[in-house]
Amino acid sequence: MSVSAEGSGGLAKRASPLGNIPRLLWRHPWLRGLATLSPPLAWFVVIYLASLLVMLLTAFWTVNPFTNLMQHSFSTANFSTLLASPYPGIILRTVLMAAAVTVTDTIVALPFAYFMARVAGSRTQRILFTAIMLPLWASYLARVYAWIVILQKGGVLSWSAQKLGLGAINIGYTNTAMWIVFSYIWLPFMIVPVYSAIERIPQSLLEASGDLGARNWRTVRSVLLPLALPGVVAGSIFTFSLTLGDFITPLLIGGTNSQLIGNVIYSNIGTADNLPFAATLALVPIAIMIIYLTGARFLGAFEAL
Amino acid sequence: MRYGIKPLTALVALLALAVTVALSVGSSAAASGLGAPPQANASVLKSVGKGEGKLNLIAWEGYAQPEWVKPFEKLTGCQVNAKYAGSSSDMVSLMSGGGGHQYDLVSASGDADLRLIYGGDVRPVNISLFPTWKQFRPFLQSPGFNTIGGKHYGVSYEFGPNVLLYSKKTFASAPTSWSVLYSKKYAGKITVPDNPIQIADAALYLEKAQPKLGITDPYELTQPQFNAAVALLKSEHPLVKKYWALASQEISLFQSGTTVVGAAWPYQTNTLVGDKVSVADTIPREGATGWADTWMLATNAPHPNCAYKWIQWVTTPKVQAQEADYFGETPANTQACGYMDKISKGSCAAYHANAPQAYFKTIKFWKTPLAQCGNGKSDCVPFQQWVSAWTQITS
Amino acid sequence: MIEGRLTRVLLRVWVALVLLFLFVPIALIVLYAFNKSNVQGWPPSGLSTRWITVAWHDSQVRSALLLSVKAGLLATAVALLLGSAAAFGVHRFRFFGREAVSLLLVLPLALPGIITGIALNSAFQWVGINLSLLTIVIGHATFCIVVVYNNVIARLRRVSESMYEAAADLGASGFFTFRTITVPMLSTALLSGALLAFALSFDEVIVTTFTAGAQNTLPLWIFGAIRLGQQLPEVNVVVVFVLLLTVIPVAVAARLAGSGGVARALT
Repeated sequence: MSVSAEGSGGLAKRASPLGNIPRLLWRHPWLRGLATLSPPLAWFVVIYLASLLVMLLTAFWTVNPFTNLMQHSFSTANFSTLLASPYPGIILRTVLMAAAVTVTDTIVALPFAYFMARVAGSRTQRILFTAIMLPLWASYLARVYAWIVILQKGGVLSWSAQKLGLGAINIGYTNTAMWIVFSYIWLPFMIVPVYSAIERIPQSLLEASGDLGARNWRTVRSVLLPLALPGVVAGSIFTFSLTLGDFITPLLIGGTNSQLIGNVIYSNIGTADNLPFAATLALVPIAIMIIYLTGARFLGAFEAL
Repeated sequence: MRYGIKPLTALVALLALAVTVALSVGSSAAASGLGAPPQANASVLKSVGKGEGKLNLIAWEGYAQPEWVKPFEKLTGCQVNAKYAGSSSDMVSLMSGGGGHQYDLVSASGDADLRLIYGGDVRPVNISLFPTWKQFRPFLQSPGFNTIGGKHYGVSYEFGPNVLLYSKKTFASAPTSWSVLYSKKYAGKITVPDNPIQIADAALYLEKAQPKLGITDPYELTQPQFNAAVALLKSEHPLVKKYWALASQEISLFQSGTTVVGAAWPYQTNTLVGDKVSVADTIPREGATGWADTWMLATNAPHPNCAYKWIQWVTTPKVQAQEADYFGETPANTQACGYMDKISKGSCAAYHANAPQAYFKTIKFWKTPLAQCGNGKSDCVPFQQWVSAWTQITS
Repeated sequence: MIEGRLTRVLLRVWVALVLLFLFVPIALIVLYAFNKSNVQGWPPSGLSTRWITVAWHDSQVRSALLLSVKAGLLATAVALLLGSAAAFGVHRFRFFGREAVSLLLVLPLALPGIITGIALNSAFQWVGINLSLLTIVIGHATFCIVVVYNNVIARLRRVSESMYEAAADLGASGFFTFRTITVPMLSTALLSGALLAFALSFDEVIVTTFTAGAQNTLPLWIFGAIRLGQQLPEVNVVVVFVLLLTVIPVAVAARLAGSGGVARALT
């Protein structure tokens, strides 16, 4: 039953300062839709999507080797280069690193998020939340740089290990170092969605599971984890995509076998000034993320809001 | 996933439109030979007027230190804003579009100069507005990498060698050959720059180590010579701890003792020695590659008067001496020698500021590798191949 | 599920370890802000407070900080407007391609920043726009919109439709309903979205590398200083200063919006 905005049952008409427009918008919902959606969609299509398409186009162009001016003629040379060594290796390394970081962060985040959501009192909850958001305000660059001091030869880690009698640990400039730093930097982005998902689980579900005879571990396995999964998947979108495109951590922390897609793209913009090839390389993370997002939606990450 | 029909159609239409537009834009002017630079006939400043209050530079790390920037700002009112670049290619990239109406000056080395000039990104300067130019060494007044057809596309600044940096704890005396960088003895303790131009350093070493290859110019390499250099670098890869991209990285590597030998600029040596780290540098017997920098004026420089004032300032003997001492390079201005010894005794001789042309000739300065070999042939390997080979070497 | 005593203890230990992990680098940043030497070796060769004076008088730091704040505020403002508009549109109206639009609105955060960066950079070059504060804001706003959108749509989904119908029954016009019911309800969602959007914009370096011209935001200045390696303690001083400035707003926002509110901005 549609209710007209003029009111009924003897109540005074409320005049709207916008005149007849509200009535028009009420009668024709699609107009309202258009009005609210046009500005953001215009931004996204005109600025974001169009620029992505421009970049996609340049993947089919090449660059004059001497003057660095782009040749606007169609060519698939970049794609054949992409399929040749060493790029497949670099892509594989990046994906594996992203996966390792995602798994690590999930394992670290789950107990933390559970504690925050279910065990901690509300004051502790707020303190913990502030605590995990705070590092995001201490420059990403400064934090990564601090890790160099921790992980390098004779650095904090090695020094502490020696004091504990474990002998020197020298993992500076290795893939292990990159894995640690990536896991560190993206951790808050994983904790927050997982916390959000766990917080939403009704306590009654967990109690019911116990009532039905399940021991704690069974409850965790069959009730808690599946319900927390959308949160994990949402967090993994961040850890995965942020690792796929990052060039600063490999630059500062990585060693000689640590080239990732991100810094190869970056060096093609800078050192090589080869935007077309950089665009070709950029298509790889885009393709990977679209596949990942499809899977994530399937696992309910977007409906977990 | 269900996609709506309407957005999909819109997407396809947009794509079609973009493709049509792109294809209708003609092919850009590719410089097949080396004709006249695009900005050859651009107007030059007749006289230096009042400063615009701001100056945007693209510079090497260490080229815009407060010691000489602050007095400049006070003198001219031009506030200096420096963006640092780690390689010539970075500089070329930042300068594309004539500096994008953002940047005024770039301290480009020889390998970027020609690319900038022929890319139309820099414009000629009026050399008569720089009285200090007359004090320059003759071979830096109008060198081939910044003066074309009699027009000066900038003013020479300083030059220096890429040195072999070593830890005095590991090496009792200075190494005499670049071979230490390729030696298994120091596996995992070596560092070299992450820059495709490093292939020239390998070629320079091979010039003496494998004379049969017949390398005469490390930047003009035929395919077999190039392949040999690349093979050497690939064999070096497992021995390298890190390819440094930022000057501070190499400083950090030597400071922590992670690396004991590497290719460096004297800038790193000076910083480390200043921090009491036990290192020194040397030029081995095979010689060294190096750079000769030019301050070049962007085609679309928004603050040309400040730009001219900067060049006038940094080519004065005192500032030339300050820079030379700080970075560890040789000034273009011959009058700088006295000032260098005042800052740090013996530095004039240490950085060859009083040396004749002979020293300059021992350094193989960076230049853009082209297909044209300079001896009439065109079978040398161009830079783009250097870049793709370098990605393979470092992965 | 009742956690046993042991589980609780283990959870507490885990939380403590994670907090230690998160804050050791921060502690190091604070420590090295007082490093005498400008090369970061371990242990620090000596302590000194001179870098605080250096940072205080550094005009480059000041202009970088100012630019970051300006860009952050502008991007957040754009994000608040367009993000909530998008959330309304997607939530209230059923139309063909609704799924596609939801996907589109997630892309800026789901796709790596370097891609957004080069895409925008090449688009700006193609169209002929010079890189400046405007282009920086455009770059930042693009992902800030997503953050606000997520937060607002999550809140909208938790509100029952009957509220609007009741308001209409009582004679309220659309605008009045919007003003007195919708906006107050969304206020905390908007606040937490805005806070997170500002935080992301303030610390953003990857997209900004490609969308900034000769000017420096704070992260760009920091990157330049890291390249140079001559002013690292100064960088640490600046970072500590920013941290101290933001502890209070972050704590306040967490209190106002509730941790859940800020959490939803990210999902």
